[in-house]
Amino acid sequence: MPTTAPQTMIGQANPTAIMFFVAFVISTLLITWWAAKRTRTTKDFYAAGRSVTGFQNGLALAGDYMSAASFLGIAGLVSTKGYDGLIYSVGWLVGWPIIMFLISEPLRNLGKYTFADVVSYRLNQRPIRAAAAAGSLVVVITYLIAQMVGAGTLIKLMFGLPFEIAIGVTGTLMISYVLFGGMIATTWVQIIKAALLLGGATILVLLTLNKFSFSYGDLFGQAEKLYTNKFLEPGGLVTSPVDAFSLGLALMFGTAGLPHILMRFFTVPDVKEARKSVFYATGFIGYFYILTVTIGFGAAVLVGQKIIMGIDKGGNMAGPLLAEALGGNLFLGFLSAVAFATILAVVSGLTLAGASAFSHDLFVGVIRRGQASEKEEVKVAKIATVGLGITAILLGILFKGQNVAFLVGLTFAIAASANFPALLMSIMWKKFTTAGAVLSIYSGLIVATVLLILSPTVWVDIVHKSDVQAVEKAVKAIEEPMKAKVADLEKQKAPGLDAAKIAEIDASIAAEKKAAEPMVKEARSKMPQAIFPLKNPGIYSMAAAFLIGILASLLAPDKEAEKKFEGEKLREYIGVGAEE
Amino acid sequence: MSSKKTAREIIEDPDFKALVSKKNTFSIILTILELVLYFGFVGLIAYNKPFLAQKLSAGGATTIGIPIAVMTIMISWVLTAVYIFWANASYDNDVKKLKDKMGG
Repeated sequence: MPTTAPQTMIGQANPTAIMFFVAFVISTLLITWWAAKRTRTTKDFYAAGRSVTGFQNGLALAGDYMSAASFLGIAGLVSTKGYDGLIYSVGWLVGWPIIMFLISEPLRNLGKYTFADVVSYRLNQRPIRAAAAAGSLVVVITYLIAQMVGAGTLIKLMFGLPFEIAIGVTGTLMISYVLFGGMIATTWVQIIKAALLLGGATILVLLTLNKFSFSYGDLFGQAEKLYTNKFLEPGGLVTSPVDAFSLGLALMFGTAGLPHILMRFFTVPDVKEARKSVFYATGFIGYFYILTVTIGFGAAVLVGQKIIMGIDKGGNMAGPLLAEALGGNLFLGFLSAVAFATILAVVSGLTLAGASAFSHDLFVGVIRRGQASEKEEVKVAKIATVGLGITAILLGILFKGQNVAFLVGLTFAIAASANFPALLMSIMWKKFTTAGAVLSIYSGLIVATVLLILSPTVWVDIVHKSDVQAVEKAVKAIEEPMKAKVADLEKQKAPGLDAAKIAEIDASIAAEKKAAEPMVKEARSKMPQAIFPLKNPGIYSMAAAFLIGILASLLAPDKEAEKKFEGEKLREYIGVGAEE
Repeated sequence: MSSKKTAREIIEDPDFKALVSKKNTFSIILTILELVLYFGFVGLIAYNKPFLAQKLSAGGATTIGIPIAVMTIMISWVLTAVYIFWANASYDNDVKKLKDKMGG
């Protein structure tokens, strides 16, 4: 209960956590060793031999997508902000049906290993592969930095390991899985992680609901008692409607433009399994977010916001704290190990997607103009894996202590603007041209990045952080003496005082407040303003990518590409000539 | 049955054209439904917070916003199920028929 401060083991070397984690590492390394023997061709390395079933791929997609940030972060957000956290979690799911309806089947039928295969299908290979690889690599690297910094911080919080060592261990394991086991090992790491995460979260939710006689009504009732009804209503997360729509667009279509997610559709044997995998993935991910939200509310009631925020201001330890309160040290250890495994799985998927963009698109497609042996291609992919892994470790350490939350927003904005529009237009629109695709990708990439830098998230919160702090200090310097005076005056209002005297005191209070007002306003006017008003640029960067892609295609039509679209349709819709 | 068709003939086949337009129509309708569902939810948050803050029942704590958010997640999943049922029942059969015409 909130009043009794529990002795938490969080932040100390926890033998159970280490034991569970070592067990996870040993079994995944065994799988990697087993997978390494089966990884000979490019098809094995990039696409697990296209032998993954729809159900397995559904779990693996869920494994790729459910990051530690969503597990710990959303539970934390719900525990500290209540309903606003639930709003956020909905946004993370709604991209999946879009993948199902528009992307998954054409992608499987038209592509081989990367989504650039699909965009460049009937267009000019080299410029498109270069642009698509740029889009993929920027998304992969920004997301990797966010995950790595998150990993270092979380592992430090949970295991008490130093930041650099945590990142080093994560990076080394991720390189090992991808380097030796390629997509086969990565897929199984995702599947095991997804099963552990879903299982662990389910147990935690059952233990939680058990405290409320399995009634959500009771849980919300107690939450309301502790934190008032505001906790169960939409609050300050969404202020401007345009901002809300912009973020919603980026989340929804960004999901459908993440290279490590798109790549998974090449691991299944046919479109039937591809669509099945989206159905399973959507179900698992939706279920997971419902669990996570329950964990957040449960932690708010059973652990209490004071303790949660005392350990980590962002609330990231809400889930682990609840696990400790309900299942003791053993369950805390298990869940900490699962969180570590979660991070590992996500960064492995990202690294593999980045390595494929590098070797399949840049090396084979652009540098070698499509002429390279399978052996060479796998070799380059492996070199790229090590290079990306080391880059991720170094950048993770470089960004230590920085606020990297904006990178997740940037990742989704770029995926939604650089990757998604070009992919969609290439499979749906006959008149799409090479120039249209290339300009659409680069404009999405540049507009999203530049606008995010000029947005409040980066321009105010990061670039002009010291100015913001100075303004806040100045405001405080004016308000505090005023508040002290007001408090003094309030104290004079002793009971029994006559009405005239009270009115006099109230008048002086009002005068104090009024005197401070223009000064505060003056101080606040120095607050740095963002050049671009929205927190997420999605609405503008997506519009730019579509508009420029359409205009460029219409201004310089490509008859050759239009003719080829008929053949593309045959493959897209009935799978004639699709990769086996 | 008459002789097998070539790829070029299949592209011109009215059945193939019908298949393409049927698939696109169905995909686009479902996409629009998902957009309306999610941005309807976002719109409620942006423009009508008091609606979401209403209590589900007198004396209870649960607000209408909670089941609406959960339903948004569940309906999204149901829509993927609708697509699968349609694709398995209708689309796959049409594809098979066309492939038979082509001779495999």
